[in-house]
Amino acid sequence: MSDVQNNAPIERNDTEDTVWVQEISFIDSVPRWLAMSFVFFVFVGTWQLVTFFEMVSPIILPTPWETLLDMIFVGKNLLTGGYMLVALWITIQEVILGFALAIALGFSLGILVGETAFGEKAVMPYLVAIDTMPKVAFAPLFVAWLGFGIESKVALAAFIATFPIVVGTAAGLHSADENARMLFKTMGATRMQTLFKMKLPTGLPQIFTGLKIGAVGVMAGAITGEFLGGGKGFGELIRVAASQLNTPRVFSLILYLSLVGLVVYLLVMHAQRKVVFWHEERVGAHD
Amino acid sequence: MNTAIAQDNAGSPSLGEPVYELSNVSKTYARNLVVALDDVSLTLRKGSFTSVIGSSGCGKSTLLKIMAGLIPPTQGRVALQGKPVTGPRRDIGMMFQQATLFPWKTAVENIVLPIEIRDGRAAAAKAMDKAHDLLDIVGLKGFDGVYPNELSGGMAQRASICRMLITEPAVLLLDEPFSALDELSRDMMNMELQRICREQDATAFLVTHSIQEAVILSDEIVVMKPRPGRVAEIVKVDLPRPRTLDMMTTPEFGEIVEYIRGLLDKGEDM
Ligand SMILES: Nc1ncnc2c1ncn2[C@@H]1O[C@H](COP(=O)(O)OP(=O)(O)OP(=O)(O)O)[C@@H](O)[C@H]1O
Ligand SMILES: [Mg+2]
Repeated sequence: MSDVQNNAPIERNDTEDTVWVQEISFIDSVPRWLAMSFVFFVFVGTWQLVTFFEMVSPIILPTPWETLLDMIFVGKNLLTGGYMLVALWITIQEVILGFALAIALGFSLGILVGETAFGEKAVMPYLVAIDTMPKVAFAPLFVAWLGFGIESKVALAAFIATFPIVVGTAAGLHSADENARMLFKTMGATRMQTLFKMKLPTGLPQIFTGLKIGAVGVMAGAITGEFLGGGKGFGELIRVAASQLNTPRVFSLILYLSLVGLVVYLLVMHAQRKVVFWHEERVGAHD
Repeated sequence: MNTAIAQDNAGSPSLGEPVYELSNVSKTYARNLVVALDDVSLTLRKGSFTSVIGSSGCGKSTLLKIMAGLIPPTQGRVALQGKPVTGPRRDIGMMFQQATLFPWKTAVENIVLPIEIRDGRAAAAKAMDKAHDLLDIVGLKGFDGVYPNELSGGMAQRASICRMLITEPAVLLLDEPFSALDELSRDMMNMELQRICREQDATAFLVTHSIQEAVILSDEIVVMKPRPGRVAEIVKVDLPRPRTLDMMTTPEFGEIVEYIRGLLDKGEDM
């Protein structure tokens, strides 16, 4: 993502002390993949050392090798449609449904709060109040209301992910500047036209920020729901493996789970690139 | 008094019908009780070019917003083509200091936006040809499909002129439209603006901080004084039309500029 052209060395056609040459720091000249692999190997190396000298008990921390072997085992099970795939599919369903619900709710509430004076005055304070609560604490309630099936997990996931989307949508609707508003007024635009042709497109970057935070929350919500409310999802597999002190399994399950979270996040990011093509994201750019 | 400058509060008889009529307009902002305008009366005649000049905060933008129907006056009456202005009107074209093009639309899509809002997408698609012609006129031929991010400040401002003109408004309200541009492009844009106004027989009302710009473009210059914002004097400019940039070196031009500068300095003391 960093701009390689900027870092290209400038051709020198004079002696060094008379020409001002853009200085490139060492880290800027290293490609991202290399820098990332470096961190990866340092991490795994430290991990290997710690386990090799048994600085911590193997029950607490398995070796990287054990973890890798277990990942291969779990991977096979997933690929051959074993019981783990069934569990993973349940969790994926919870995540998809929870996210869809959160988007629908968050978007509607965001428009209510960001567009109408009533929403801003009367509804927003309640949303802020609920948002400050530890939402995970509602999990037992959802289980009591919706049972041990995926419904209670979907509810918790959606509950957690809705608020960032509300906040992002509302902030996005407020981000249109005074001139744009006046312009739409002078063109005689209706409220709906102003909303859909100006305020919403203007606010898309913020809305997507909310969606990305929501995408992370929805994953956390689904797994927490499974921890606290049982069921047959991936979270349950983790819980069972942990109770059997099968730490390599816990590690590899978490890694596969984080892949799901990453895919959701990347999908949102890809949608953002397509939809908000005019807005350049500055992730990790430091020049 | 001077021969080239005639004090004239009744408007020039040589110009057309009154288009805009403001009588005793006052505005006090409720929020901070600032008296932005105090008893302003103005008449704009058809095809005339009027500039407003005055120090920062003397209520120029407020006046323009009231004329555009964006905010109501506290007192007084505003009429456009005989009908009182009670809200935004479609026979008004407006332009601001920033181009305010929308980044998700190409230049030409931005230009037909007023048509899209007024008559829907189909009408906007039909107006594309006209938008192409307008882009031609302002020297942006071939930039139709370009997104605003790729336009320079001056190019964006040209595109926003096209957007203002596409609905063929009877009145153009301009709030320092070129103040973000460098002097050269600004002069060029001003001459462009003059030509467009003459061709479309539009009535123009321009807020500016530049005395030269006001004099070269205007038939009448409304000089305002601050705190409370009010009209100090309406100065008539009798330079022949069409105006050219060379006229800026003539003694008549210099005299009017000096006269207005004097008025503005007096305003500062008050
Ligand atoms: N929305 C508002 N609410 C309250 N006060 C305002 C508002 N807009 C302007 N004012 C006040 O009204 C006065 C006139 O403002 P206005 O923007 O009309 O000045 P201006 O002549 O356009 O100034 P400038 O040349 O800097 O653009 C100022 O004192 C300003 O503080
Ligand atoms: Mg102003």
